[in-house]
Amino acid sequence: MTDAPLKKANRSLTRQLWIFAAGSFAFGFALVPLYNVICDVTGYGDRTKLVEASSFTAPEDKNRLVTIELLSDSPAIGDWEFRPAVGSLEVHPGRLSEAKFYARNLRNQAVVAQAIPSIAPLQATKYFHKTECFCFTPQPFEAQQERELTVRFIVDPKLPVNIDRLTLSYVMYDAKSTS
Amino acid sequence: MAHAHDAHAAHDHHDDHGPAKGIGRWLFATNHKDIGTLYMLFSLLMFFVGGTMALVIRAELFQPGMQLVDPMFFNQMTTMHALIMIFGAVMPAFVGLANWMIPLQVGAPDMALPRMNNFSFWILPFAFTMLIGTLFVPGGAPAGGWTMYPPLSQQTGEAFPMLIFAVHLMGASSIMGAINVIVTIMNMRAPGMSLLKMPIFVWTWLITAYLLIAVMPVLAGAVTMLLTDHYFGTTFFEAAGGGDPVMFQHIFWFFGHPEVYIMILPAFGIVSEIIPTFSRKPLFGYDAMVYATASIAFLSFIVWAHHMFTVGMPLAGQMFFMLATMLIAVPTGVKVFNWTATMFKGSISFEPPMLFAISFLFLFTIGGFSGLMLAIVPADFQYHDTYFVVAHFHYVLVPGAVFSLMAAAYYWLPKWTGHMYNMKLAKAHFWLSTIFVNVLFFPQHFLGLAGMPRRIPDYSTQFADWNMISSIGAFGFGLSQLLFVYVIVACIRGGEKASDKVWDSGRPHGLEWTLSSPPPYHSFETAPEVK
Repeated sequence: MTDAPLKKANRSLTRQLWIFAAGSFAFGFALVPLYNVICDVTGYGDRTKLVEASSFTAPEDKNRLVTIELLSDSPAIGDWEFRPAVGSLEVHPGRLSEAKFYARNLRNQAVVAQAIPSIAPLQATKYFHKTECFCFTPQPFEAQQERELTVRFIVDPKLPVNIDRLTLSYVMYDAKSTS
Repeated sequence: MAHAHDAHAAHDHHDDHGPAKGIGRWLFATNHKDIGTLYMLFSLLMFFVGGTMALVIRAELFQPGMQLVDPMFFNQMTTMHALIMIFGAVMPAFVGLANWMIPLQVGAPDMALPRMNNFSFWILPFAFTMLIGTLFVPGGAPAGGWTMYPPLSQQTGEAFPMLIFAVHLMGASSIMGAINVIVTIMNMRAPGMSLLKMPIFVWTWLITAYLLIAVMPVLAGAVTMLLTDHYFGTTFFEAAGGGDPVMFQHIFWFFGHPEVYIMILPAFGIVSEIIPTFSRKPLFGYDAMVYATASIAFLSFIVWAHHMFTVGMPLAGQMFFMLATMLIAVPTGVKVFNWTATMFKGSISFEPPMLFAISFLFLFTIGGFSGLMLAIVPADFQYHDTYFVVAHFHYVLVPGAVFSLMAAAYYWLPKWTGHMYNMKLAKAHFWLSTIFVNVLFFPQHFLGLAGMPRRIPDYSTQFADWNMISSIGAFGFGLSQLLFVYVIVACIRGGEKASDKVWDSGRPHGLEWTLSSPPPYHSFETAPEVK
């Protein structure tokens, strides 16, 4: 147990294993950029694509109706009243449509809000093109101010035929900390 | 016996050759047997702490409606029960077994790094004092589930940093324990013991140790990100700042799935030691067992997203993770086949360790089958977050991992203490445990399939009957474990002398059975020759 070569071998293997553990720790953090790279490559959750969609045009398909359900959500942080004007609407694919949301800042001070969109089902995301959206930019609010927020969109006629219903939801965040 | 005699003689002349006197023996322990004992006693204590929390949960769920605790405290109990059972009971128990058995099985005098061994044990009491201490701080203990998903976990009160640092300490302890195991196995095997001649328990621990140092640091990284999100304004997981809460789930389960195998691979090793002894036949397919263990370890890294099928991932991803998960059934099936084949035409006797091993074989397989059901994506959408999942992982962890630990305790206890234990009481403990564990967990399959959600303190009245039966099983199982403690304590204090071989089957193989019972304080001062 006390012989020197064994001690040396133990020490060197121990060092290698600590390096292995440190590498695993670093790998945990490397997963963060890796995750973003995978999202970019596969196109899931890619926000730049949402902006590019503003120039989208397609012929209207009068024979098909798609139901768009509208949802709103405000997280525990911040103090908002936030709701869609109507619960759902029916649109023809290819036609420019519009949906309205109402948001009210419930605090007695001015704040900047940022809305984050989400589309369900996920496979429909790339067929839903927003040409104009309040989520593209931060939205300033005065104290207690209520505002109407507009999103204009076109549903791509290439939307798979098995999907007849999309859900568009927004979460309203307090953007103060990041502005 | 010569060894034992030497050790006693040495003790008379030099103090540093026998155990130190008093509390110092334990506080400054560097002897692998002492540290192994500490680990196992600590895990036994945590088993009862975590078990008490489980009984609070089952008492509340005995009837529909809110009876005993408020929902916040209920959530704290589910979270703490999981953390304590996983990191406090099951993992330290396996590390304790590794400490006791690996040097004896590879013919080494001690673990390779005895001081680090002492450190890795003694940070555990601090970690768990801090974790259990969260029950007494404003805001209460963590209540967002042991998986610590943000943003919910970010709403934890003052307990938040205590939780994070407790997890850091447990991780550091596990990593040090794992490094010690690897260095001991790689550098200190007896001459002639090539890798493929090692006892199977040593093999499974070697692979487990590599899993530990590969994934425990990833957990440390994930909780560090939670910490910086909370206090230092980073937004790794906050959508408002461009982060993504789903990413936490990916990182967490990249740790979490290998973690599941960390808790079961050494159990496979234990069962592979016990079944040949009491079947009086060599282990069927030793090489296949080793390769199956390695395959399971490899596959554990590519199946993590089956814990989160419902987050909304691409179809291709769901298919990949579904098929990779089902693939694990192949090496696991090889193992179950080999255990069965070992028993086939064997001359079987049913001593308590064998009873627990056979029970493990049946009940772990039930847990494996429900796992296969959960792997099927469309089925998982139905089962996700229901009691079916609870039934599944408790079948693999309680009659799986925990039964293997009890089997190991009953198998090696005479070797450790030098005394035989009370076989009648041990068998009674086995039958009570096996019956009540099924009364406890089997009805949870039905509850889950009927749609009862997890982690909810109240439920619809249609679930009342099976919940009541499950709760009765829980109290029966919990109380039966007092018998386990009694058998162990009685065995430590005295009893019939155990022979060196302990089991009269003539076939416990392995170097540990060449030593006296109990083995001398310093065993294998001169390495044995393995042919």
